Amino acid sequence: MRTDVNAFLGSYPFRRVPGTSPEALLAAMDRTGIDEAWVSHLPGIFWRDPAAGNAWLLETAGAYPRLRPVLAVHPELAGWEAVLHAAADAGAPAVRCDPTYYGIGAAGPSMRALAAACGRAGITLMLAVRLEDGRQRHPNDHAAELPAAAVRALVRADPAVRVVVTHADRPFVEEVHFGSTPDEAARTWWDISWLWGPPEDHLETLLGTVGPARFLFGTGQPLRIPENAAAKLDLLDLGRAERQAVESGNAAAARGGQVAEGGAR
Amino acid sequence: MLIDVHAHFLHDRTPRSDWRERNASRLRAGERVGITIHVASILGSWGLTSPTYFPSPGDCRYGNDFLLRLQREHPDRIRGYVVVNPNYTEHAVEEIRRCLDAGMIGVKLAASRRADDPLLDPICAVAAERGVPVLHHIWQHRRRDYAGQEASDAVELGRLAARHRSVAFILAHIGGGGDWLHTLPVVRRLPNVLMDLSGSGVDGGMLEACLDAVGVERLLWGCDLTIETGWAKLRYLERILSPADLDHVRRRNAVRIFPPGAFPSD
Repeated sequence: MRTDVNAFLGSYPFRRVPGTSPEALLAAMDRTGIDEAWVSHLPGIFWRDPAAGNAWLLETAGAYPRLRPVLAVHPELAGWEAVLHAAADAGAPAVRCDPTYYGIGAAGPSMRALAAACGRAGITLMLAVRLEDGRQRHPNDHAAELPAAAVRALVRADPAVRVVVTHADRPFVEEVHFGSTPDEAARTWWDISWLWGPPEDHLETLLGTVGPARFLFGTGQPLRIPENAAAKLDLLDLGRAERQAVESGNAAAARGGQVAEGGAR
Repeated sequence: MLIDVHAHFLHDRTPRSDWRERNASRLRAGERVGITIHVASILGSWGLTSPTYFPSPGDCRYGNDFLLRLQREHPDRIRGYVVVNPNYTEHAVEEIRRCLDAGMIGVKLAASRRADDPLLDPICAVAAERGVPVLHHIWQHRRRDYAGQEASDAVELGRLAARHRSVAFILAHIGGGGDWLHTLPVVRRLPNVLMDLSGSGVDGGMLEACLDAVGVERLLWGCDLTIETGWAKLRYLERILSPADLDHVRRRNAVRIFPPGAFPSD
């Protein structure tokens, strides 16, 4: 079983990206042995109301059971709490928020309120550090990268919130992990899409220092080719249990559960 | 045979205390991927005693000597590029001759001087005379100056390549940072420029765009600092190219531009 927690559907505004349809994504998943993918609506990240893409995403995921919808939520738009209900109703693995793209404070009051609501609702909050290498971004793509301080603040916003962070590099992971209490760190997961393999061996190092329970198989496809995440696992000498944990077991642990008593309803 | 045309090694006079582990890791990962030859360079002291992209003549010489030693220790795995700083032109020319005589097979220019600067002409003249390629560090679409390097982009390398048409230039790491979409239409018109696919970038659509721009006969496989991204691109190419076309990228193009006898079975 292999779960890609970091996949997208839909077009990207800053360059032509092939393979953005559900059918193309499924073909890429077949090609790389991925059984299911947590999918986000890529164009919605850049919309003034990112949640406007959720209906299409839910409909698409309904038609393709291997795709699990990650609904977008903007905590400064009225009625945002409804997204958490919709995510719970749909059995979504997470909701995502991209505060720097929305132009809101990454660790401001609204983001902390969102994290707290996710904690109460038992819904996992997904955050992306970046979508592209900063050296190649479009001249008009000015959104800042997510600061590590924001992740530390958000995981402290509620004692139950679970956070999945995608596209983080080694220094980012280390700063947050070792800047958190063991309890906070145990509620934070990292996808491997931006972690380097040999000869720098960042992923291998982190598996030893942070521990294999914290890492999730993620690709960033179709912005990035999914072969990369698979190749970096194949370059490790992971035991069967550890590899299964990274490829799918940890994703199950990171998923949000049902809306809990006292949640965000 | 699989040739990585863009590799690096470290040594004992760099800021990295883990230099042995990193070198060993590259060779170990190479075994797993199936890399036959790492064509590598050492950029001086990697910043310890002179800047990585502006290495002093002494640091160039130490790094080149260390790489020659690695090449002798691993004759079946490692080949070397001579690293020079064109600002020290006389030293650069002498160092290239010395290291090629000692068994290196190419010249590496990083970012010490803009690629279209006349100071690079004597270096390219030696490359032409000796029949070796020049691997040039590139920032894909350089919009400004970046700290720590006098980087060049494809347009600037193109001017140099136009002045030295008998030299094969390797435009470094199309996935190594910057806007690769800017590079491709430039390189399309430069028959003596090949692109290496190395770099941490693994953008969807990049490989197809490279193939569309220059075809299989001007692409070279490589890894640079991330072997997993090199392997990922190789795996992707295996899906979209015929075995014969893939062989150009894996080795044939490298065999064509490096000196005869540079690789074991050519």
